[in-house]
Amino acid sequence: MSEPILSIRGLTKTYKGGIRALDKVDLDIRAGEIFALLGPNGAGKTTLIGAVCGLVRPTGGTMTAFGHDLARDWRAARARIGLVPQELATDMFETVWRAVTYSQGLFGKPYDAARLEEILKSLSLWDKKDAQIRALSGGMKRRVLIAKALAHDPELLFLDEPTAGVDVELRKGMWQQIAALKERGVTIILTTHYIEEAEEMADRVGIIRSGRILMVDEKHAMMERLGTTEAVIDLAAPLAALPPDIAAFPVELGEGGRRLIYRGGSAGEGGGRAEVAQLTQALTRAGIAYTTLDIHDSSLEDIFVGLLGEGEPA
Amino acid sequence: MHFNLRSALSIYRREMSRAFRTAFQSILSPVLTTSLYFVVFGSVIGARMEPIGGVPYGAFIIPGLLMLTLLGETTSNASFGIYMPRFTGTIYELLSAPVGVAETLAGFVGAAATKGLILAAIILGTATFFVDYQIAHPIFAALYIMLVAASFALFGFILGIWADSFEKLGIIPLLILTPLTFLGGTFYSIRDLPAPWDAVALANPIAFLVSGLRWTFYGTSDVPIAVSLGLTLGFLVLCVVIIAVIFRTGWRLRE
Ligand SMILES: Nc1ncnc2c1ncn2[C@@H]1O[C@H](COP(=O)(O)OP(=O)(O)O)[C@@H](O)[C@H]1O
Ligand SMILES: [Mg+2]
Repeated sequence: MSEPILSIRGLTKTYKGGIRALDKVDLDIRAGEIFALLGPNGAGKTTLIGAVCGLVRPTGGTMTAFGHDLARDWRAARARIGLVPQELATDMFETVWRAVTYSQGLFGKPYDAARLEEILKSLSLWDKKDAQIRALSGGMKRRVLIAKALAHDPELLFLDEPTAGVDVELRKGMWQQIAALKERGVTIILTTHYIEEAEEMADRVGIIRSGRILMVDEKHAMMERLGTTEAVIDLAAPLAALPPDIAAFPVELGEGGRRLIYRGGSAGEGGGRAEVAQLTQALTRAGIAYTTLDIHDSSLEDIFVGLLGEGEPA
Repeated sequence: MHFNLRSALSIYRREMSRAFRTAFQSILSPVLTTSLYFVVFGSVIGARMEPIGGVPYGAFIIPGLLMLTLLGETTSNASFGIYMPRFTGTIYELLSAPVGVAETLAGFVGAAATKGLILAAIILGTATFFVDYQIAHPIFAALYIMLVAASFALFGFILGIWADSFEKLGIIPLLILTPLTFLGGTFYSIRDLPAPWDAVALANPIAFLVSGLRWTFYGTSDVPIAVSLGLTLGFLVLCVVIIAVIFRTGWRLRE
């Protein structure tokens, strides 16, 4: 496999006051991927991004981007990195056009009006180019921040909670825009606490909590590894106990013997669903009638809840 | 040593456009203040005053008045320039850019020096309506004004990083700069003060600035020009060193 575009080793950050926001984080980001950093509020996502982008001084660890050590060759690395912050921090009195022009120059790029026009058009901001930023809606301000981050054509783009507080329609639009960036070859690291977003967008997902990365994997592999199928079978008549043929399956009785619950297999592969099919045949052979059957594969959300529930820190 | 000229120019242009956005206020306020001083001190009181060191009183006070406005405007402008991005969060962009202390200062301080020259031109233009005066060393005057503007832009920059509230931002110009400029020989020559006040007055660094600028105007000064120049340069270097340390340690900039 090719060199990672970003490589983080043992990254630790302890804020004044003693909060350990990052705890020996190791992470490799592959060129061209969309990586979703998923975790609840306060997990350390923004701190992690800040450490890479130069907003936060790490307490320990090393970071390498494009082969440059970020502590030493930060100039070379930063020229190729873009950041869209979580907070809507904009210069309210600036016009959109001036704001993106400034960003392009600040990152050392020659003035390129055609490129800026292209960026603004791709974000549906072209007709607002002469508007003052304070006159724009929240969703537009977020897009201005994206346009500013794109003005120097970064190869690695950080999006910190790009859809926080954005309504469903706009969120879908944002996903399309992010997908279009990936098409152009931009590597994207986004943070989110919406599972749906990670599930929809990401190639790989990293789950972070209390400053630790709990797991990093391909989204599909993660779902296969941890995902399960759940089937809820409502029985025509209550069962006192499970016949041995049925008890051989990963099932349990609920609702006073009226409901049979199956949990097993692995989602995505169809293993669980195939086993549920066998289970229904076994029920028929044993003469157990059922009225309804509800089956579903667990989502990233269930995986996430399961992981976060494990070993809560004292 | 890297220097990203485009980045520095971007910062410079932005600082200039920020000034032009409030151009009305930036021009009107010094014009009005200076006019008032000239009406009161230059024309009314000045008419009853003896010339000082051969310079008519109305002309004598021009360098001091210029210094008064220049120090106040430059300091507060530069401190706002860096405080506001910290306050609103837009500083993230500067901190994440391939930009170091050199580009940042070149942009901010270069703009401050330019604005200082424009301000000086406005004040001197206004002064011609009230008094007759001639500048003995115009090139030195321009250079000295730029030097002072750059120094106090750096000072304001430090102030804007240090301040964590709007009160703190306003307090140094109000409580320190304005009184020291008033007492620093704007309206009188320090040499005319009775002992021991002439010596006490020289403990005020701004007296050296006023004196230095007066030398470029009229060729006479309370203290030798070399001393004024040396002190101003020393102050500039001190501010640069402090800012370099701030950038290195990330104090008040990076968490
Ligand atoms: N500037 C700061 N000073 C002190 N603690 C901070 C600071 N910023 C964040 N923290 C703390 O660090 C932890 C991680 O925060 P953050 O990185 O913002 O998490 P996330 O982005 O995942 O919500 C939290 O406990 C937060 O309170
Ligand atoms: Mg965050």
